[in-house]
Formats: sequence, C-alpha cells, structure tokens
Amino acid sequence: MERLRFVGKRLIYLLIMLIGVATLVFILTKLVPGDPVTANLSQRALSDPNIVAAYKLRYGLDKPLITQYLYYMRNLFQLDLGTSIRTGNPVLSELGRCFPATIELALCSIIIAAVLGIFFGIISAIKRNSVIDQIVRAISVTGVSVPSFWLGLLVLFFFYYKLQILPGPGRLGSGYAPPDPVTGLYILDSILEGSLPKLADTLKHLILPSCVLAAFTMGLITRTTRSNLLDVMSTDYIRTARAKGLSQSKLIVRHALGNALIPVLTVIGLGLGNLLGGMVLVETIFNWPGVGQFAYQSVMSNDYPAIIGVALLIALNYMVINTIVDILYGVIDPRVRYG
Amino acid sequence: MGKAIKRLFKSNYLFTAGVIICLFWIAAAILAPVIAPYDPIIQDLTIRLQAPSLSHLFGTDNFGRDIFSRVIYGGRYSLLAGCLTVIIAGAVGTFYGAIAGYVGGPVDNVMMRFSEMILSFPSLILAMIINAVLGSNLFNTMFALVIVAWPTYARLMRSVVLSVKENEYVTASEALGASKLRILMKEVIPNSISSVLIMATTDLGNQILMFSTLSFLGLGSAPPTPEWGMMVSDGVDYFNKFWVAGFPGLAIFTMAIGANFIGDGMRDLLDPKLRKQF
Repeated sequence: MERLRFVGKRLIYLLIMLIGVATLVFILTKLVPGDPVTANLSQRALSDPNIVAAYKLRYGLDKPLITQYLYYMRNLFQLDLGTSIRTGNPVLSELGRCFPATIELALCSIIIAAVLGIFFGIISAIKRNSVIDQIVRAISVTGVSVPSFWLGLLVLFFFYYKLQILPGPGRLGSGYAPPDPVTGLYILDSILEGSLPKLADTLKHLILPSCVLAAFTMGLITRTTRSNLLDVMSTDYIRTARAKGLSQSKLIVRHALGNALIPVLTVIGLGLGNLLGGMVLVETIFNWPGVGQFAYQSVMSNDYPAIIGVALLIALNYMVINTIVDILYGVIDPRVRYG
Repeated sequence: MGKAIKRLFKSNYLFTAGVIICLFWIAAAILAPVIAPYDPIIQDLTIRLQAPSLSHLFGTDNFGRDIFSRVIYGGRYSLLAGCLTVIIAGAVGTFYGAIAGYVGGPVDNVMMRFSEMILSFPSLILAMIINAVLGSNLFNTMFALVIVAWPTYARLMRSVVLSVKENEYVTASEALGASKLRILMKEVIPNSISSVLIMATTDLGNQILMFSTLSFLGLGSAPPTPEWGMMVSDGVDYFNKFWVAGFPGLAIFTMAIGANFIGDGMRDLLDPKLRKQF
C-alpha cells in the first residue's frame, strides 16, 4: 500500500511537470520575434490566403493569448504537433521515424558506459590512492572534459580514415538495404530477418558513435561508483563482515556493492536522459538519422513546429526516465519512500 | 583556507596541473597580440590547408589563416564566455535559491518547481532553442547558457540555506528586529556561499564545453571570429587534414580538463570527509 501511494504520487507529479513543460514551451514560442504565421508556414503556403486563414483558425491566432494556449494544449492532447516546414510531413511521424535510431544508439552507449564505469569505479576504490586509482581518475576526468564533437572527428580520422578497421558514418554500409522495419531498431530487425552479415555490419556501425557518446556518462558513473563504494566500505557492517574473516572479493561482491550501486542507478538514469540531449552532436557527425540530427536540421532551418516537437519529446523522455528511476529507487531503498 | 590550498598544491598533482593549464590559457589570452605570429583574421588563399610546419606551427585553415594564431586568440572568447556564464548564473541562482529557501512555504514550492521544469530540458537542446529564437551572436549564446545553468545553483543554494537559517545567529538577528532582507544579505547568504563557489569552479569546465559546442553547431559568434568550437566545425569538411579541427579541439579539451582538475581539487578540499587527509 505504501509503495502504491509512493508510485501514485510520483505519477501525478510527472503529469504536473509535463503540463508545466508544455506551458514553458508555449511561452518560448510566444517570445519568437515576428509573426507566428510567417514563422510556421512555408513560402508557398503563405501566398495562399485560404491556408493562412485556416492556419490562424486552427491555432486560434486571432484569439486572445489564453485561448491560444487552450488550443495549443488541446492539439497536444490529440498528439497534433503540427507540420514540419522543412519536410512538409507531420512532426509526429517525423519523430516516430527518427526515434528508433536514437534509442538504439542511446541504449548501446549507456550499456558501454555502465559496464566500464562500474568496473573502473570498483578497481579505483579497491586500489585507493594507488597508481591505478590515479590513472582511472584521470580517465574519468578526461571523459567529462573531452568535447564529444572533437572526439567524434578524432575517432573517425583514426579508425575509419587511417586504420580502416571500422566503418564510417551512417547506420549501415552502402552494400546493405535497411532491414524490414518491424521495431525500427536495426539490431532486432536484422535478427528477425535472419541476416547475420547485416547484423554484423549494424553492430560495427554502432561501435564508434556509441563509444563517443558513452565517454561523458562513463566518467560520471566511474566517479559515483568510486565514492559510494568508499563510503560503504567504511561502514560498521563491512567492518563486522571483515572481522568474520571474509575475503576482500567476497566482501565487495556480496555486501558492499549492492548498497554502493543504488546511487549509481540514478546516475545511469540521468545519464540516459542526458544522452538523448548529447545526441545532437554525435548524430550530426556520424550522419545518424535520429532525433538529434533532426533537431539540428530543424534549428538550422528555423523549423519551429519541428523544434517544439523535439523539445517536448526529449523533455518527456527525460522526465519519464527520471520518474522510473525515482520509483525504482523508492522500491529498492525504503528510506526514500518514507523520507 | 590559505594553508589548506598550499597543502592541496603539494598533495594533489592533478589540481596543480589544472592551475598550470588554466594560467597558461589565461596568459595566452591576455598576451595574444604578442604571442600570435600572424593576424587571426586576414586570409591568404595561396597557402590554404598547409600541414603544420615551422612557419605555421599548427598549419593553416581553408582560408589560409594561421591556426596557431587563431587558437591563441580563441582562448579569449572561451574564457570570457565560460567565466561570465558561471558568474551571472551563479549570482542569479544564489539569490533565487536563497529567497526560496529562506522564505519557504508555498513560495519555495512554486519557485523550485519552476527551476525543475527548466532542468528537465536537456541543457544543449534548450540552449539551442533559445539561441534559435533570439538569433545567434556571442551575447545571445551566453544568455542561453545562463538560462540553462542557473537552476542548478538555485537548487544547491536552497538546500544549504535550509540548514543555515536554523542557526542561532539567524534567530538572534530576528530577535534584534533585523528585516528579512538584511538577514538574508548579512547572515544567510554569506554563510551559505562557499558551496556555491565550489560548484562554480567545477562548473567552469562544463560551461566552456557548452559554449564551444554551441559555436560548433553554428550558434555562437559569427565568422571570422577565431572561436575554438567554430574552428573545429571548419575542420569537419576537411576530414583528412587533421590539424584544422585537431588543434582547436585540443585547446578546448585542455582548457576544460584544467578547469575540471581545479574543481575536483576544490571539492576534495571542502568535503569534510576527505579533509582529514590534509
């Protein structure tokens, strides 16, 4: 019962935040200097007075601001995000097309970041203040300091251009047709199609962009794991376990790690949310047809309906992930629920 | 504090390295006209895209400009933008958070929910949108960075103020009849500010990265300004000429890592659990 109430509270909170964010986006769009009609319609549509009138009617642009806001919210609830000026397609279907590519990349890179980050963090904490610890700390600071757009160019230069061991930009080599879109995730789709060479090529194309994207989050996860494990190792129950004669490895795996990794979960969740933002750079450099590239192209061509759509989608993702992490956190650690 | 910093220099090599790196870039930015061998803006198409050599240490770009001179001048923009963003966002966040924490109740609730809404946008996307809405130039880029950065300071400040305001000296001030504003300015903020200062040092590296990221995306200052992020984006089209993007990127990287080393050191210094070691 207590758990259900906690989950319910988080969900209501999520709904309020969503409405708040949508309102914030509405205010932002009202700050756009100039006429919203010229900003949102293409040149050809603007020359047709019928289209202009229909557009004004649909968004209530001849009405007071509060009515415009209600129209906007109504359209959002009906999942109507408007039409992209640049491509002429509904923004929602554009986003639906881009999203799987982004999800595939984000999941691969969060897995890399979590596995390496936790591994480095544990080593660093066990060998505290040793040379290994210093090296791992330097690596994690490097991870959070390196500009991802520059790292992307560097790895492309070395692994693709110089050494020619990994493929260049894109999701698949030019020799392959994209697999039949079932999930939109090329890994799953090529497995469903039963085509091993296609799967191998997909995985090869994922290596460079997901590693570049993982660098920052890996640095954060390493730091958090290290400091939490050090905290837990100095607690009384670990001292008791050690006094009982447990070996160092058993002590860490069975007793310390479980408690130390709870805060790491938050960092992984936040990292996944942030990855979606960091996509813009990596997708642009690796010519990855995802939400980030779509966002960049929309900003560059002042495609306001598309920009708003991207902003809402990414904020939604971020908040949903945060809520899930919050709930998981509450389920794992009772102190959070009652606190 | 002075003694502790001295010990920090001796015991934490990464902190010392960070200070040296940052001092190097500050000196380069100030002395740019003396150090740079060429004008950073004048073009010479006869020597475009030349590899690094003795006459052009870092090579030349697609307009025949000396990349070494441009990198040296570029430090001015990154440092200025990074420092100003941290100072302004820090100041705004400090006051906002202090008011929310000190006043408390529904005011606190509304103020904090508002800042959380801004935090729920990934910072890069929000900065891109603001920049796209306002038009891109150096001032607007910094404005966008400030908008994105201040809520983090506000949250931190609020959490510190919540505990500081329970202190007896605050109660004493109230008993003496001091106004709320006076207590806020004279008691609460000065006693809560240290953690914000630490965060500002750790944040500097982030802001320098964000600034160059926006310039890389074409949302910063206009060409031909020698700005590091923009110089890296020049190199995207000359993929096989590694020096065009390589050296400006290295500059951003060293600057950010220097700032992060300092920030880490400062955090260790003020973390009471770790302080015992010094």
